[in-house]
Amino acid sequence: MDSILDIARWQFGITTVYHFLFVPLTIGLTLLVAVMETLWVRTKQPAWLRLTRFFGKLMLINFAIGVVTGIVQEFQFGMNWSDYSRFVGDVFGAPLAVEALLAFFLESTFLGLWIFGWDKLPRGLHAGCMWIVHLGTLASSWFILAANSWMQHPVGYTYNPDTGRAELTDFWAVMFNKVQLVTFPHVILAAYMTAGAFVVGVCAWLYVSKRHQVDREVYRTGLRLGAAVALLAGLGVAISGDFQGKVMTEVQPMKMASAEALYDTEDSCAPFSLFTIGTPDGKSEKFSVTVPCVLSFLATGSFDGEVEGINDLRTQYREEYGQDPGAGYYDPSGDYSPVIPITYWTFRYMIGLGVLAATFSALILFLTRKGRAPTSRWFTRMAVATPILMLLGNSAGWIFTEMGRQPWVVFGLMNTSNGVSPGVSVTEAWISVISLTALYGFLAVIEVGLLLTYAKKGADPYREPPSPTLRGSDDDTDKPLAFAY
Amino acid sequence: MELTTVWFILIAVLWIGYFTLEGFDFGVGMLLPVLARDDRERRQLINTIGPVWDGNEVWLLTAGGATFAAFPEWYATLFSGFYLPLLLILLALIVRGLAFEYRHQRPEATWHSWWDRAIIVGSYVPALLWGVAFANIVRGVPIDETKDFTGTIFTLLNPFGLLGGIVTLLLFLTHGAMFIALKTDGDIRYRARALSVKLGLGAAVAAVVFLVWTQSMTGDAWSALVFAVAALALVAAIGIAGAGREGWAFIGTFVTIALAVAGLFVALFPDVMPSTTDAAYSLTTTNASATHYTLKVMTWVAVIFTPLVLLYQSWTYWVFRKRISIHHIPEPELEGVS
Ligand code: HDD
Ligand code: HEM
Ligand code: HEM
Repeated sequence: MDSILDIARWQFGITTVYHFLFVPLTIGLTLLVAVMETLWVRTKQPAWLRLTRFFGKLMLINFAIGVVTGIVQEFQFGMNWSDYSRFVGDVFGAPLAVEALLAFFLESTFLGLWIFGWDKLPRGLHAGCMWIVHLGTLASSWFILAANSWMQHPVGYTYNPDTGRAELTDFWAVMFNKVQLVTFPHVILAAYMTAGAFVVGVCAWLYVSKRHQVDREVYRTGLRLGAAVALLAGLGVAISGDFQGKVMTEVQPMKMASAEALYDTEDSCAPFSLFTIGTPDGKSEKFSVTVPCVLSFLATGSFDGEVEGINDLRTQYREEYGQDPGAGYYDPSGDYSPVIPITYWTFRYMIGLGVLAATFSALILFLTRKGRAPTSRWFTRMAVATPILMLLGNSAGWIFTEMGRQPWVVFGLMNTSNGVSPGVSVTEAWISVISLTALYGFLAVIEVGLLLTYAKKGADPYREPPSPTLRGSDDDTDKPLAFAY
Repeated sequence: MELTTVWFILIAVLWIGYFTLEGFDFGVGMLLPVLARDDRERRQLINTIGPVWDGNEVWLLTAGGATFAAFPEWYATLFSGFYLPLLLILLALIVRGLAFEYRHQRPEATWHSWWDRAIIVGSYVPALLWGVAFANIVRGVPIDETKDFTGTIFTLLNPFGLLGGIVTLLLFLTHGAMFIALKTDGDIRYRARALSVKLGLGAAVAAVVFLVWTQSMTGDAWSALVFAVAALALVAAIGIAGAGREGWAFIGTFVTIALAVAGLFVALFPDVMPSTTDAAYSLTTTNASATHYTLKVMTWVAVIFTPLVLLYQSWTYWVFRKRISIHHIPEPELEGVS
């Protein structure tokens, strides 16, 4: 790794995947906590308040890292990818700016109100703050995914040869890019599924733990809510993923071919391989388990659709982009295909881990039916594994999406190697990637430690929240705050 | 008015929002070891900004995002050029932000003192480096014909840049002390007030030298006027603080910071990043800007949503308007944490 390109790619991969470990939990948990608190406001059942507080706490521990790692994301386009920023800024900057103005202000302000406002806001309004935070996370996802979708499938722009950059012509086309329309539900539902799995895992673990026997019913309640969300969202993830596959085949056929390591075009009934042993690039397989026609279905929606192979696509791309892909940016010696083993395996890990997590959630639900509290070690292991599987599945999905787009950073327009900052030295880039990675690693240890401590501690006993007053009346001047850092 | 000029102004407004709001957050962080005598007082200080610091920091994210959208070339040159200082700022903001959220999560005194250090260092570093960065933007840096920065980190560490850093540091310290005097009750309130006067005098001296220097380098009549009012506001703030009117004194430093930043932008205009290599390579509001269409879209978004943001951010300040005194700090919530 002695080129700024490699270092910048590693840094982007590391920091973004790391950011996205926390993001899905935040998106999903804000929803679940909002639901729990609303149920408490409606039913007055103590269990819901205890769950609200408990998962609210865990959500906040998680949220903090999501926020601080997000700041790095916002700035590293300029730091490491300045030529990319110059090229796309006109199109890509707008969603980023709008995201900050619309979403981040909403999230941070209303989360502050929620955390510190127990004794200041009326009950309904307090729960409303969490709903607003959740809306903020959805808005933030919308805009950043619109930006990312534009990189997968640029629309609503023209290439201006005078300025040498892509220029926005239709903002709505960027906002409602067809890739965006399938990506957003997939990512959000995967986030709900992740948070559902998290709640299932934590509650199942507490449900069977000897120390928490008195509160078993509380955790059962949480477990069932989490499982319902995980299973429903899981179904949605599969359906939306199927839509995504079709759009992807249309706009980036090379990515679908690489997902399957399909070198030669299959005219009809292309098989989907579950598992392969062979050379790492998939060129010769020794052993594989395949399901007939499924790839055709994933890619085209019909069991006998044609799926183009890597070799044909490569020839096609050479003709199309070989000389001058608009920006005149592509290096024709490249071969227009991503690293096949990575796309092949990450695609399978994404689906496989997600299916496993859904299975575990269903099993946990089944094993705890009618008040049963299983005791086997396998049960606790399953409880711990479920959320972890989901986090890994999310990462695999993103690594697939981003690596599968290579060698492009903006599909068809700009090559990744042309996006890096020309003025940044290798030393500077090393300092940056090493310091960020070391700090992130260290923070991960702290965060996991805190999450475990508070998860093991379980929900606090029921305590009626102080009665809220919006008018800071004088009779409570000396009362301690309901919450303080 | 040209939309490029409108966006130059809007970006100035975003930075003003950032420095006036996170400025006092930094001040509170930096004064942690000076004003607070024990853990309870440290918590008292931290809780004055607890509900709002994250919202304040979003002004930075919006300024960054808006620069990317409205002046992509500026975003690219600035952030790739000021690489190491920016990295340091990011690292500082990471540990500082986490410290607010994590400090109270465990009972051990060592845990608290480590996060206290994170808050202190994490506040000093950006308070200093933002000033260095802005002074260098105004002064100009070497930029070549492809709009890339050609200097090194040492290019940025010139006397003018460093003085700029000291000015922001002292201003934020003063602003933070004024804020603490306004938001706390009890002993610490009076200590903060007394300190704010001393810090303010230091800040005034440094700021006046810096503003005169800036003025002699790039300023015009307008920036001179803005700087003069900024200096007056600071002097007034110090006087008012001495007289014990904390609210007005805080407004005074608020206005000082807002006008000082505004003056820098006035002095900068119509450049956004002047080149010392050749004036022809300078980035300006026109050659660094996005297209008219993008600016138009962004203007609509800004016109509709900025007032909303201001509305609900002001509302939170109102909800949490009460002074925090030492008895408001609840017992640590952590019994039972193993
Ligand atoms: C653990 C969560 C999870 C699960 C169970 C699935 N996915 Fe997924 N998938 C993601 C989490 C994810 C993701 C991390 O959220 C990605 C990355 C980028 C994106 O849009 O979503 C993704 C991307 C992604 C893409 C790439 C889109 C592109 O690059 O344009 C496709 C085709 C699918 N998914 C398809 C599926 C299918 C057919 C699934 C089957 C059941 C599936 N996903 C399950
Ligand atoms: C959370 C969402 C995202 C995740 C998880 C993600 C993940 C990744 C990963 C794993 C890589 C490394 C790929 C490689 O080294 O080949 C990468 C590269 C990259 N991604 Fe994304 N990405 C995300 C969103 C975005 C967005 C919104 C952008 C918008 C600009 C973006 C731009 C890039 C760039 C510029 C690279 C560098 C080129 C490269 O190394 O391939 N990514 N991303
Ligand atoms: C590479 C591109 C990305 C950038 C530049 C980015 C930027 C940021 C920033 C600056 C923050 C902190 C906001 C604050 O201080 O409150 C943040 C948090 C967040 N981001 Fe990202 N982000 C990226 C990828 C993503 C993706 C792909 C998603 C969703 C699908 C996402 C969703 C969120 C959410 C929900 C939050 C708030 C919750 C949290 O902090 O955990 N981000 N992001």
